[in-house]
Amino acid sequence: MYPEDLLYSEEHEWISIQDHTGTIGITDYAQSELGDVVFVELPHVGDKLQAKEPFGSVESVKAVSEVYSPVSGEIVEVNDKLADKPEMINDDPYGNGWMVKVRLSDPAELEELFSAQEYEEYLAAKPEE
Amino acid sequence: MVNFAGWDMPVEYSSVLEEHRRVRQAVGLFDVSHMGKIEIRGPGAVDLVQNVTCNDAFRLSVGQIQYSALTYPEGTFVDDVTVHRLAEDHFLLVVNAANTDKDYQWISQENKFSARVENRSSAYAQFALQGPLAQAVLQKLAEWDLSQMKYYRFVRTGVKGLPTLVSRTGYTGEDGFEIYLEPAAAEALWMTLLEVGRSDEILPVGLGARNTLRLEAKMALYGNDIDHTTTVLEADLGWIVKFDKGSFIGRDALWKQQREGPARRLVGFEMVERGIAREHYPVTLGGSVVGEVTSGSYAPSLGKNIGLTYLPVKWNAVGTEFFVTIRNKPVKARVVPTPFYKRRKT
Repeated sequence: MYPEDLLYSEEHEWISIQDHTGTIGITDYAQSELGDVVFVELPHVGDKLQAKEPFGSVESVKAVSEVYSPVSGEIVEVNDKLADKPEMINDDPYGNGWMVKVRLSDPAELEELFSAQEYEEYLAAKPEE
Repeated sequence: MVNFAGWDMPVEYSSVLEEHRRVRQAVGLFDVSHMGKIEIRGPGAVDLVQNVTCNDAFRLSVGQIQYSALTYPEGTFVDDVTVHRLAEDHFLLVVNAANTDKDYQWISQENKFSARVENRSSAYAQFALQGPLAQAVLQKLAEWDLSQMKYYRFVRTGVKGLPTLVSRTGYTGEDGFEIYLEPAAAEALWMTLLEVGRSDEILPVGLGARNTLRLEAKMALYGNDIDHTTTVLEADLGWIVKFDKGSFIGRDALWKQQREGPARRLVGFEMVERGIAREHYPVTLGGSVVGEVTSGSYAPSLGKNIGLTYLPVKWNAVGTEFFVTIRNKPVKARVVPTPFYKRRKT
């Protein structure tokens, strides 16, 4: 459920790194808590992201949830397919459900993120709602 | 699970979208035991019902049900209710869970007719079986020939041998039934309904889909679309106000508003630009805030984002464009005809 090669945030985003570009989405836990995703709002290419600041939102039938960036940087690509197929976030959160690609401005921020194992421990320690 | 008027209720059993689709295309089962039940009986019963509600209880025959409202002197809602005439001098009012105590006190306070008013909520469990296949599923268990049952009628009939009251009513915009029975037998009947409905792809349905289904059918939700600040006429429910029945609480205020015309009215809208309107989001027209969204959601059967809001009558014609403020951004919406969804009658 939580691939080993990704890093995770407290706000339930994942990021995968290739060179100095990170691909960001929400975790399987986040999509299952939200339920059926019916709407996604994303930033534009060229927008600047700030670590721990919201960059977009994901809406299910019942709730709106902001998506926080795990890192700072500049958007280089946006998953436009989510506009017509927001359910890809439920069906494939780590694949077709990716949201944005970011050129990192401060790779040191990655050190603050969880590994897969740490994220699972973090979830396990979370009180039930 | 969420707390809903003191009841632990699931938002979804499986998926809101799947549960919604199943009710539109096949059949869904809802546990609506939270709904309040107030019984009014005795020789003064009909006069009391007539005085506290705006629809005409005299026109109601035994076995018939009426959508109505308990109204304040201002013509606003104490609650919206269904009135069942169980016998000439015996009525059952099914009310919103959160309003049960308030409604009971209100009716008791206005009881100048020596009727007996009882809060009987804990005496009933209530299920709703909704969707085009609801009749086929329920007929496997019901003794009564359901094909002979009209909309907004009820019968007392055995369902799997249990004594029940079955009505042809619902809150989804589909054909369907509501089943009232004693709570002790409820769990077994719930399991049995899911069992006999399996071949028709029945699903249990939670609060999430209950809301999207009722919104597509433009059925008002107390606390969102109607409350003690909105009149029955403003809520576009003039068809349940019977001025010719004689006096009732709220009649004078409603009659005045009827003659002058209400200043605002509840309308349905769809989003023109991308965004989901949700309750309490501000509504602006001509640069100024004129109200807020009372209900709003993605509408699964339409593939659109829809909602309800009160608009001033001079600007509420179908086609009128306005803006909903979504996270500080104005997003364009347009007034559309309602109900948003209407089932095809067979």
